[in-house]
Amino acid sequence: MSINQEFKPKIVAFCCNWCSYAGADLAGGSRLSYPADVKIIRVPCSCRVNPMFILRAFERGADGVIICGCHPGDCHYSTGNYYARRRMTLLFSMLDYLGIEKERTRVEWVSAAEGVKFSTTMNEFVSAVRELGPNRRLGDLRCKD
Amino acid sequence: MQRLIDRMKELLADGTVQRVLGWKQGDLGYNPEPHYFNSAEELDEFIYDGFCGANLSKYMIKGSELEGKTLVLLKPCDTYSFNQLIKEHRVDREKAYIIGVGCKGKLDIEKIKAQGIKGITAVKGAEISGDCDELTVETVYGEKKVAYKDAMLERCHVCKGKEHKIYDELLLDSVDTCDGDRFECVDELDSLTPEEKFNFFRKELSKCIRCNACRNVCPACSCRKCVFDSNKFDSAQKANVDPFEESMFHIIRAFHVAGRCTDCGECSRVCPQGIPLHLFNRKFIKDINEFYGEFIAGEDAETKGPLTDFTLDDIEPGERR
Ligand code: SF4
Ligand code: SF4
Repeated sequence: MSINQEFKPKIVAFCCNWCSYAGADLAGGSRLSYPADVKIIRVPCSCRVNPMFILRAFERGADGVIICGCHPGDCHYSTGNYYARRRMTLLFSMLDYLGIEKERTRVEWVSAAEGVKFSTTMNEFVSAVRELGPNRRLGDLRCKD
Repeated sequence: MQRLIDRMKELLADGTVQRVLGWKQGDLGYNPEPHYFNSAEELDEFIYDGFCGANLSKYMIKGSELEGKTLVLLKPCDTYSFNQLIKEHRVDREKAYIIGVGCKGKLDIEKIKAQGIKGITAVKGAEISGDCDELTVETVYGEKKVAYKDAMLERCHVCKGKEHKIYDELLLDSVDTCDGDRFECVDELDSLTPEEKFNFFRKELSKCIRCNACRNVCPACSCRKCVFDSNKFDSAQKANVDPFEESMFHIIRAFHVAGRCTDCGECSRVCPQGIPLHLFNRKFIKDINEFYGEFIAGEDAETKGPLTDFTLDDIEPGERR
């Protein structure tokens, strides 16, 4: 048995209250499964996700972080997800530049009606992170070996 | 330089300005420091030479609160910072009389020392009026010659151009110093494996002594309240708020100035540990240019910043264009 099969990645998922959290609910209600290691944190809007939340998640040992929000154009607050999209694009690119592979970060737009998409997204993301193996602790960036 | 001093005295004498914000000769001959000159007599200590790398625009935050106008000297790259500060309502344009001074590239004493030159007592040939071809470094072991270019700050090799973006009048000549591509270093790092990237940054950042010099000098880091200052104590002090802010300092700071950093190079210049902090800022600048179109922070004082704006068909995180 390879190590990778044993490895259960810790995933933090930030889900917006209006679409994706409801989408997760629907996934559950429809008895669709997704790995139990995905820890969902409900936020009012994908735009509420301060880039620091993501750094903090990695610092505390997350192996991957995913943000789910309403589809562009469907934001409950009209434009929140557009700002979030720019921020996350830049932050993820920076993390990749620092050595945190871009497969460990993702943004996915999931509506309240997309329970299936929620479950497949999570399954896909978890297996992508599992492939990569455990994350280096980002909090160690300033420490010598 | 006499022309500059005469003009400053003139403006002081006729009451156009109350004071001059410029550079004062330091104690070593190659370490001038920013200074407010309140009278013509004080200007005897004024200096403007190759070592005047310090960007004075941030000092105009305080200058904007003083009575009357302040004459401020800005190099071409400093004017970008000044525009950015106007945009962020941190300086008052009406309180500043800007003399845009020419620049022939600014010097880095560390670059001279790195050539194995020890015991430096003086550096000749750094005068802005000269040709700026060669420096004569006087040391306790005798004289050494150094090419001006080889002693220049990294940022001057990738200069944005010698055009002042905001000024009331211009004085002294400039020389084009750009002979590199500022994004080359970013491309190089981008081509490494995650392991190599991580190790590179860890090696660099582990040198940090968290002196906060980079933040304090940065014109973009001019919030009244900074996340890196603890509010648990009365005195303004530098103790970190918690270990998270401490360990993520560089990433957090780089993100906070993303889209606002003019790549003025002050952070890298002042870091006592020689950490190449521009590697963070230029990554963001390069990405912004690639993803959202060419954007030069501080080119003017009006254009919306890339992170306070969006379009309906922006690229998705993780995509490349
Ligand atoms: S100036 Fe250099 S040593 Fe000081 S806090 Fe900034 S990065 Fe660290
Ligand atoms: S981050 Fe550095 S280069 Fe950018 S504006 Fe601040 S001091 Fe200048």
